[in-house]
Amino acid sequence: MTDVLTEAQQLAYANAQAADGRVNVEVETEDGMTLNIGPQHPATHGTLRVVARLDGEQVVSADVICGYMHRGYEKLCEVRSYPQVTTLVNRIDWLGSFANEVPFILAAEQLMEIEVPDRAKWIRTILFEMSRLANISLFIGDLALQVGAQTPAFLAFRDREFVLNQIEAVTGGRFHPNFDRIGGLKDDLPKGWIADTKAAMVRIREFCDLMDDLVLGNEIFQMRMRGVGIIPPDVALSYGLSGANLRGSGVDWDLRRDSNIGLAYDQVDFKVWTHPDGDSYARSWVRVQEIRESTKIIDQLLDTMPSGPVMAKVPRIIKVPEGEAYVATENPLGEMGYYLVSKGDTGPFRVKIRSASFNNISIVPWLLKGVYVPDIIAILGSLYFILGDIDR
Amino acid sequence: MISSVLAIDWSNYWQQSIFRVLGAAIFVILGAGTFVIAFLFKMMSYMQSRLGPMEAGPHGTLQLLAEVGKWLQKEDLVPARADRTLFKLAPYIIMASTFLVVVVMPFGPDAYFVSVDTGIYLALALSSLSVLGIIIAGWASASKYSLLGGLRAAGQLIAYELPMVLAVVGVVIQAGTLNLQGIVAAQHQGEIFGWGGIGNPFILTQLVGFVVFLIATQAELAQPPFDMPVAESELVTGYMTEYSGMRFLLFFIAEFASAAVFAALAATLFLGGWAIPFVDLDDNVMNVVGPIVLFVKMMLVGALIFWVRFTFPRFREDQLQAFAWKALIPLALVNILATMVLKVAF
Amino acid sequence: MPRRSRSFPLKGLFVGLKTTARIFLQTMFPKRGIKTLLPAPTIGAVTVQYPYKSPPEVPVTRARGVIALKSENCTVCMLCARSCPDWCIYIEGHKTKAPPRRPGGKERTVSALDRFEIDYSLCMYCGICVEVCPFDALFWSPEFEYSETRLADLLHDEERLNEWFETVPEFEPYEAGSVAKVRKVPR
Repeated sequence: MTDVLTEAQQLAYANAQAADGRVNVEVETEDGMTLNIGPQHPATHGTLRVVARLDGEQVVSADVICGYMHRGYEKLCEVRSYPQVTTLVNRIDWLGSFANEVPFILAAEQLMEIEVPDRAKWIRTILFEMSRLANISLFIGDLALQVGAQTPAFLAFRDREFVLNQIEAVTGGRFHPNFDRIGGLKDDLPKGWIADTKAAMVRIREFCDLMDDLVLGNEIFQMRMRGVGIIPPDVALSYGLSGANLRGSGVDWDLRRDSNIGLAYDQVDFKVWTHPDGDSYARSWVRVQEIRESTKIIDQLLDTMPSGPVMAKVPRIIKVPEGEAYVATENPLGEMGYYLVSKGDTGPFRVKIRSASFNNISIVPWLLKGVYVPDIIAILGSLYFILGDIDR
Repeated sequence: MISSVLAIDWSNYWQQSIFRVLGAAIFVILGAGTFVIAFLFKMMSYMQSRLGPMEAGPHGTLQLLAEVGKWLQKEDLVPARADRTLFKLAPYIIMASTFLVVVVMPFGPDAYFVSVDTGIYLALALSSLSVLGIIIAGWASASKYSLLGGLRAAGQLIAYELPMVLAVVGVVIQAGTLNLQGIVAAQHQGEIFGWGGIGNPFILTQLVGFVVFLIATQAELAQPPFDMPVAESELVTGYMTEYSGMRFLLFFIAEFASAAVFAALAATLFLGGWAIPFVDLDDNVMNVVGPIVLFVKMMLVGALIFWVRFTFPRFREDQLQAFAWKALIPLALVNILATMVLKVAF
Repeated sequence: MPRRSRSFPLKGLFVGLKTTARIFLQTMFPKRGIKTLLPAPTIGAVTVQYPYKSPPEVPVTRARGVIALKSENCTVCMLCARSCPDWCIYIEGHKTKAPPRRPGGKERTVSALDRFEIDYSLCMYCGICVEVCPFDALFWSPEFEYSETRLADLLHDEERLNEWFETVPEFEPYEAGSVAKVRKVPR
């Protein structure tokens, strides 16, 4: 075992040195100036670090360094019981938090071979779609903020409140519902919830129209986003992108329609929106159309809500039988999956969380070659990641 | 107050000058402060369906005082590798260039500093000094973010000087003089198709010029949609990133004072300045009412500038430059051509 | 596919300006009728000036504000303390002898609660303790205004937890189509 560093290690060390926020202004190196769009930055959606080598305003190469927010979820899950894991897992993608619980619960139910009552499936799907609404309405407001417009962000927060109020009315928590249980849900809907939710959906549709007027239809926004960050469909598939990033490149991939396990998507009609361009505008456009589609899905589900119990017959202390299961669902950020290994205990033996954002940002070094500095922000915004989802 | 104003011996040079300097400083600072409160705190908040500051003073009108106090008590940081002299000098250059424009601005028939025959030319030249201050701030901060912001400002502000000048040329052709007092007089005494009721405010005949001037002003102030130098989501605060405390306050005041001064300039050039339609130009009461009228017109133009500011996202640097060179300058040139032809024809 | 052509160039910019102007006017002049000309932004804006005013729809009945304890029902089974993911419930109890139910019978062993404290600086508000309690001793209450200036004051002892019990609302009726029975809060 020699202790001479290999060339790769030396380069990595030199890179690390250059990337630390030294204040030297290096304008004359061949590779260009290193700009550390560091963990503390108004635009990186959290603590993401992009080390970009710039030639003037153009990016020569970019490196993504994540992990500043690693909380050790997979290790934590090994020492928790199933209800406690549900509590923790809410906090991975904290904007659409109900959506994090669902694949885990579905995997556990798959191992236990439980059939969830219909009403629970319906309500689960409704809350899943509402988490999509909450998540993506913030996305479009935040994207407009990063591209420069200050008003749509506040309007997004204002209109998102309707969805959060409905989630709170049924689960008790706006951001961390902690409502899914193995075998069904914690509680049933309170009186008047269906009517209130329908009214909220009307407001969300108005919000989509507002975003069309103020953001998507704005010529300046289109100039900033069209043709920027084009991802060809085969590259997108090879890097493992998912969700609206994939659909914005024209790939018709939606797990809600294709692999429906335990949710009520086969009972509703919905359209999967794709856009052939593959640029940042396409991804934003697809997401706004998805919000509209979600409101229609929720309306259909509310109309056809079956009656019945919300919890199947499960023992008090849940022990999932031995086995392994992987369930992936179409979360707001992309495809999120849980690989659950159980040894028959009250808690999981090992949980591997396949989070959408981690794969989504793997394309960033490839994508950022040759773009301008403002385009970095536009591209990162349109790829839409949440740091909790990348780092877990 | 009125008696102290009347007690000033107007033939005494020093008393006059002190009064004028104080008056102009109050006008600019009051203008900047009103812009901040009315537009930045309140209009922006109402456009975003929220209330804005409400605690300091009735409906938050004294929030600016609170902000000034807050900024004053912050630590005065100078980055270790920064060029200390230039770092400290930069805000003062920008403030100086802003306040100096008031030297040629008329506030009333006798309420002005100087009435030079090249008034508007001097005003534009003085206002372009601020570019120097911004570039100095960007370089002397020894931070890559500030450097990027300063370089972007260099390109942008110099590029947008041209449309501004060309838009003004149309006004000058129509008024026949570069003297700002003369331009106000030309608007007051002009006629629209023979009717002299409200004079001839140049916004009616020079609408294209007005639009070009406003867009160029937006870019000169580095406001969205042209705020690449201060792109908040990319460069934190661009060339102002390393400034804190009192120095940042100077930048802040300079930014809004520039907005106020440019709005006043636009009001003078296009909306008729301190004159109102049915009152004579020589009337002595206009020496007191004139600044108020100019203030109101300045607020109107400011409302336009800030309305656009809060609605649109920002351009990218190359799109910005393309817009200036390929769209605004040809438009302004066409405007000049049309003005020349129509001036000779009518 | 989005339409790329517009009725006139730069229409999007004007639509955007019109939208912000509309929201501005909605916020400034929300009243109808004769009072339309008076600006009333405190009504038109969605901001609620808390704490001078409270929002009307907050908090909802199920909101997870604070956990209340009914000591009489607690049998010191320790299920809540064991299932808390943060281990923020501190319970101590001892066994005592209670008089027999019938004269001539055996003395019963009952558990008495010595200490029941919840540390709200650690609590995740997940509700596992409330759900797991088999004896109806823990309840959710929507009260949320209990901030303290010292971290140690966030440790609520048994007496304070019992005080929260007065603020526990009745369980709401369920939506149509539900077969769940509405539980009763044991007062």
